[in-house]
Amino acid sequence: MSTSSEVAVAAAASAPEVARGARLTLGAAVLGRPDAPVLHDVALDVRPGEILTVVGPSGCGKSTLLRTFAGLLAPLAGTVAQDGSPLTGPSADRALVFQEDALLPWRTLRGNVELPLAIKGVSRSERRAQAASWLARVGLSEQAGQLPHRVSGGQRQRAQLARALAGSPRAVLMDEPFGALDAQTRSGMQDLLVEVLRGTGATVVFVTHDVDEALFLGDRVALLAAGRVASVRDVPRPRERGALDDPARAALRRTVLSSFGI
Amino acid sequence: MSRYVLRAASLAAALGLWQALTSLKVDLWLRFSQFPTVTDVARAFADRVSGADYWTNLTESLTRILTGFALAAVLGVATGVLVARSRLAEDLLGPVLEVIRPIPAIALVPVAILLFPSNEQGIVFITCTAAFFPVMVSTRHAVRALTPVWEEAVRTMGGGRWRILGSVVLPGALPGIFGGLSVGIGVSWICVISAEMISGQYGVGYRTWQDYTVVNYPGVFVGMVTIGVLGWVTSTAVELLGRRLTRWLPRTSYVPGGRPRAVVPAAVVTVAVQADGESQKQSDAEQQDRDGTDQEARDEHFV
Repeated sequence: MSTSSEVAVAAAASAPEVARGARLTLGAAVLGRPDAPVLHDVALDVRPGEILTVVGPSGCGKSTLLRTFAGLLAPLAGTVAQDGSPLTGPSADRALVFQEDALLPWRTLRGNVELPLAIKGVSRSERRAQAASWLARVGLSEQAGQLPHRVSGGQRQRAQLARALAGSPRAVLMDEPFGALDAQTRSGMQDLLVEVLRGTGATVVFVTHDVDEALFLGDRVALLAAGRVASVRDVPRPRERGALDDPARAALRRTVLSSFGI
Repeated sequence: MSRYVLRAASLAAALGLWQALTSLKVDLWLRFSQFPTVTDVARAFADRVSGADYWTNLTESLTRILTGFALAAVLGVATGVLVARSRLAEDLLGPVLEVIRPIPAIALVPVAILLFPSNEQGIVFITCTAAFFPVMVSTRHAVRALTPVWEEAVRTMGGGRWRILGSVVLPGALPGIFGGLSVGIGVSWICVISAEMISGQYGVGYRTWQDYTVVNYPGVFVGMVTIGVLGWVTSTAVELLGRRLTRWLPRTSYVPGGRPRAVVPAAVVTVAVQADGESQKQSDAEQQDRDGTDQEARDEHFV
């Protein structure tokens, strides 16, 4: 992470064709499985290119929200749309990053990162080159030929991040991607995420149950509680480690925590 | 290396016991007095192997089993995937398959005689039916047990039905599929030999039965040994292929009954070999172990 200027240059060089991020909207939506709705009356507008973090206690429907945006789950009522047109199913436009073990275990890290490119029909040599560049960006050049179960949990999540971004999606949906990592690895991953996203222009919806993570990463933070989106707040000075002592940030942190009843 | 010695010793002990019981003509309720001895069988074997007839029968049986088994593998995997992935296929095919499944393949001889113009196709049909069910059932279970996030990940990359089939379902189900194939090849041998005994004109099973009808017991044992060896070779081939294709499976480093394996750097091994002849065997064995289990990740992908 000492090579931020190189990274930024690399990102700018290899991803100039990426349009700005997608706008994702939910209107008066009821989300969940047909027999078990978990979120009611959801209205949410994710702005193009922003990072929206979603926080809430376990089981409050965060993953459901993400799966709906991904197109894996249809809303039970209301609308879900990308740039104004209703979603019909999953698409390469909206990549999903899972909490863990979503890499295909029979493919090497390189093979996993190449997969979205292969699906797009990118030629073999071009695939190789792009995957190598993404793996370098997340610091996995040396592990490129390893199978997922041979590397650490943090490395697997970095590979998942590379795989999600390799397909140059317009939105990245992240489901507690760092939830299973220890605190130190986690903060390193947050910095890496910020760095890697720079220049892609992708919209990010980032689900977490960690309030500090949500406030560090998000331009805005959405609070989920009692089956509803309780509120959406602007975060002062996002992605600045030094902003922790900022009175406005501290006040927001207190509000978020108290809304969970902690 | 010591494991191979042990395995060879196990076979040798079995043969030794056989030779002892038969040459001493032991008659303690079990009667070994009429039983051919190992040397009788070996003599008959040497005699047979030198003639063309033996090899004709052998290739005949091998062709039948390989054809039947290959058909069963393809059909079994295809049907298993279909039934596991499609509710319509499950409703349409499920009941028919479940009714046919309990019928022993060898009981289908009359059906085969009615259906097919020649015995040859009938035998392949019976062999195929026998191997089909284990393959189909294992595939069905393996596909149903796949981790859902793998498929969801590929779908959110824009992958369609065929991509999911080729990149997730088939490779992910492969360990289970090979379980079915291993069982299937064994059942195939049982059925091909039985079918040959009933209706064949050539083949190891046919020959063995012919020997029995003319009371040539050493000949019968030559047939049995041939079947045993062929069965062992083919199932080992299936096993090895399976292991090769599922190298990615995480394996524990625990070796049953063995010492924990120390990683000896190559240079140390060479020195040890030069310094001490006794330790050579040991490090060779370790080297072999490591070569066998080392999951050097390869850039071979299924798609």
